[in-house]
Amino acid sequence: MNWYGCWTLYSRETRRFLNVKMQTVVAPALTAVMYLIVFRYAMGERSVPNLDVPYFNFLIPGLVMMSMMQNAFANTSSSIMVGKLMNMQIFLMMAPLTAFEVTLAFLAAAVTRAFIVAVVLLLVLVPFTDMHIEHLWMILFYGVCGSIIMGGMGMIGGMWSKTFDDMALLNNFIIMPLTFLSGVFYSVKQLPETWQAANHFNPFFYLIDGFRHGFLNVGDTDPSQAVAIVSIATLTTIFSCWQLWRTGWKLKD
Amino acid sequence: MSIALAVKQLTKTYSNGKKALEGVDLTVPEGSFFALLGPNGAGKSTLINILADTVKPSAGEVSFLGHDLFTERKWCKQRLGVVPQEIAFDPFFNPRDILKIMSGMFGVKPDMKWIDELLERLELAEHAQKNARMLSGGMRRRLLVAQALVHKPKVVILDEPTAGVDVELRKRLWGFMRELNANGTTILLTTHYLEEAEELCDHVAIINQGKLLTSQSMKGLLDNVGSSSLVLEYAEPKIISDDIKNKLADFCPRTQENKVILSLKKCDGHTNFNDAYQAALACWGEAISVNIQDEDLEDVFLRITHENQS
Repeated sequence: MNWYGCWTLYSRETRRFLNVKMQTVVAPALTAVMYLIVFRYAMGERSVPNLDVPYFNFLIPGLVMMSMMQNAFANTSSSIMVGKLMNMQIFLMMAPLTAFEVTLAFLAAAVTRAFIVAVVLLLVLVPFTDMHIEHLWMILFYGVCGSIIMGGMGMIGGMWSKTFDDMALLNNFIIMPLTFLSGVFYSVKQLPETWQAANHFNPFFYLIDGFRHGFLNVGDTDPSQAVAIVSIATLTTIFSCWQLWRTGWKLKD
Repeated sequence: MSIALAVKQLTKTYSNGKKALEGVDLTVPEGSFFALLGPNGAGKSTLINILADTVKPSAGEVSFLGHDLFTERKWCKQRLGVVPQEIAFDPFFNPRDILKIMSGMFGVKPDMKWIDELLERLELAEHAQKNARMLSGGMRRRLLVAQALVHKPKVVILDEPTAGVDVELRKRLWGFMRELNANGTTILLTTHYLEEAEELCDHVAIINQGKLLTSQSMKGLLDNVGSSSLVLEYAEPKIISDDIKNKLADFCPRTQENKVILSLKKCDGHTNFNDAYQAALACWGEAISVNIQDEDLEDVFLRITHENQS
């Protein structure tokens, strides 16, 4: 195992987003604050039906998780995309790094970015609420798994995309709908029954709900079922990234 | 003599059906300064990209310093440095950081003394803190050379490293490569500047249309096949029609500005000068001047690639 090489790639991927922290850390925090202000005034003191928590408290963990997922996706996808366009991915291919080491470094950097964004968001948002941590393990488990899944999808998306247009397509037509319809802004119990059932096929729904459960101690899913689904999704993602990179999918002719 | 690189029956057909390599065999002795020549599209870069692991081979074997390249990739990669033909750079970092990262990815803790020396020798020291986006094309190319050398490889492959680098700088770059070679580094080079290859390299291989045409010592190539050619200068440029090409096929006719060049062959101690001259007169008439030139690598290269063009 080339640990030093793997560590170097990890730190490169981390420094890359820290070099542009206005875009990568400050901007997501600002966006989240905007959401919060808008919903705060739109919803007032209302509670979420069936869950009996203030809407405001309900919204914060969902927003944090959504930002984590979007940032994890952005970190890997932009790196591979820029690498392709600048012809820079050849350095990765020429280096004595195995596909597993590359996958590990990319995903670890995605998780790092997601957690930095999460901490910043929580520091900004929490003072406005009386929310606190109920189950730390859930927050960490769903946080890490969510970032790995999205970081992995970013890797695959980056390998698949030929242009920034392809990437935008993926982002706007798959990632955005799945995140917005995953219950960040509402409880699925508010939905008609068919849509409630449909939501159970959206992997993001389990991530958002589980993460929120860690703060509010209430949720829409059965925790043990959610843990199983998310674990399987995480392992599948890691395995797919590893195998696709190993075979040089869309990277090597 | 130990072997740095032994390529056996290497074949590559791209997914679009293009055959880039058709069973190439090539042996590069350890410690040699080896020129790999061929016209554009001959398959040089495909060969190099397979060695660099950026293109997958269709079939064939490669032994690198006695190890199987495809099954012992990691071992081989740690000892191989490649300067790619196309410019590539990391737009997020400056040259010094790029070299540190590159070294780290090879599993080598950055040796700052060596990195500073590389920056110095490749004349990048004063730009070491600038973002790579701010560098000129020539600087980016030198940075690629530095990146290939940062982990002190035993074998260095340079795919047209001097394209777009000015003459003076090119000379200094070659001086540096000569030093590395003298210290035991094997260097495989592709270039379009044939006089450079002739001056620098002790071995030469020529490939065309995915096939190896010749591979031998530079001296051997120039001695054996390097005969002479007849150069006829005319008032205006001549066009060699297919008809003439066929008629004069023995002489591999080609043009250069206002000149027509015909290759001469030795036969029983005499050259076929008379035949060539008469043939030229018949085709183009009297010339302004007529000269006989000893072939240099360029002529040999052109003749060998012409002879083998189907």
